[in-house]
Amino acid sequence: MRTIHTRQITEMIEELCITANYDLPREITESLRKGYETEESPAGKDILKQILENERIAREERCPLCQDTGTACVYLDIGQEVTLEGPPLREAVDEGVRRGYEKGYLRKSIVRDPLIRENTGDNTPAMLHTEIVPGNKIKIHVMTKGGGCENMSRLAMLRPSDGRKGIIDFVVNNVKNAGGNPCPPLVLGVGIGGAFDIVATIAKRALMRGVGIPHPQPNLAELERDLLTACNNTGVGPMGLGGRTTVLAVNVEAYPTHIASLPVAMAVNCHSSRYKSVVI
Amino acid sequence: MWQARRITPPLTDEDIAGLRAGDRVLINGVIYTGRDAAHKRMSEAIERGENLPFDPQGQLIYYVGPTPPKPGQVIGSAGPTSSYRMDPYAPILLSKGLKGMIGKGFMGRDVRDALVKYRGIYLSAIGGAGALIGKRIKQAEIIAYEDLGPEAVRRLVVEDFSAVVVYDMYGADLFKEGQSQYARMA
Repeated sequence: MRTIHTRQITEMIEELCITANYDLPREITESLRKGYETEESPAGKDILKQILENERIAREERCPLCQDTGTACVYLDIGQEVTLEGPPLREAVDEGVRRGYEKGYLRKSIVRDPLIRENTGDNTPAMLHTEIVPGNKIKIHVMTKGGGCENMSRLAMLRPSDGRKGIIDFVVNNVKNAGGNPCPPLVLGVGIGGAFDIVATIAKRALMRGVGIPHPQPNLAELERDLLTACNNTGVGPMGLGGRTTVLAVNVEAYPTHIASLPVAMAVNCHSSRYKSVVI
Repeated sequence: MWQARRITPPLTDEDIAGLRAGDRVLINGVIYTGRDAAHKRMSEAIERGENLPFDPQGQLIYYVGPTPPKPGQVIGSAGPTSSYRMDPYAPILLSKGLKGMIGKGFMGRDVRDALVKYRGIYLSAIGGAGALIGKRIKQAEIIAYEDLGPEAVRRLVVEDFSAVVVYDMYGADLFKEGQSQYARMA
């Protein structure tokens, strides 16, 4: 067994919340640059140029890419040979978020009661997922996720007979209906199968696969390509003003499911697709 | 080439009449901020017959909740938030003399009808370009609802703040026009 103090998790999360909000992942920036070069719409091209300029300012001047510095979505893959000591894990994670959002001049965007809507003042609690995995390490993923794109995420329990076409229609219609709201060009995580809860979880985690890494299973990689083409044929374009660059990547994840079910979930991330991970 | 023109609030009916969906504008001078919670309070103030935190006559409201400024900064990152959440509130503010809203994404039928009726415009800024837009803001001052933190109403002075006219007073819709132009059949 290996012992890890939860203080280390606090420190890592503090750092990840800040850097995720200042530094866009390289693959996202490269994909945006490619979109800028190929975009046919003059308005779309101008928007992509400003988005790239924004990325440079945030990185060089160490300030948030977007004013919506997001919900802190924290995923911990904890090796089963690890023993944790120190403050309870949940407290350690929230303390990291609290410190990061204060120190990094990030916006506090969480309300405690969804109906009373009083701001917690420190962006806690994190949306925390833990998974027990083989090994003696902990992998920490932090995704700082904006509300505008999160609001455009959707879930449907399709009929098995709806099949592949049903999934494509679901995704494309949602991209069309969302228009400029989620800040396109987007990254989409599409979950297929599992159950009501699992499908949303795998869809959202798929956002952190980034851009340019196809699913290892050929039929799902092909579905990703077809979804990408269909989404970009909507013409929604940067910020919904019309153009050819609507979606940068579609990442599909699948999970075994019930004989009666075909759950599908679409997690939406904006062009400011912010995530970062570290292993301890 | 996509040329921009400068506008400076307060805007008159004539100013609005000259702006068409698809026009790119550079806003200069004073604009006011407000988003979900501030709009709820402003609409309650109107219901009670009270004054708004600012005189809406000819003004633009910017849907934004900025990040806290770092030492030496006027404001932090300050890009637009999704506008449709303010659909229930925009028509009443337009009826009180507001000339337009700056945000991102679509707004509802009632809002578009109100823009025609009261002669207003809806402008889209670039969502997610918060760091860049923050630099166009030269002064920022909280004028109401300070307890709402990022959602407080601020008076901003902006310089060449870039936005695009999406809905104009003639009922045109740039989202619809732009998207159909670049859509392709499978």
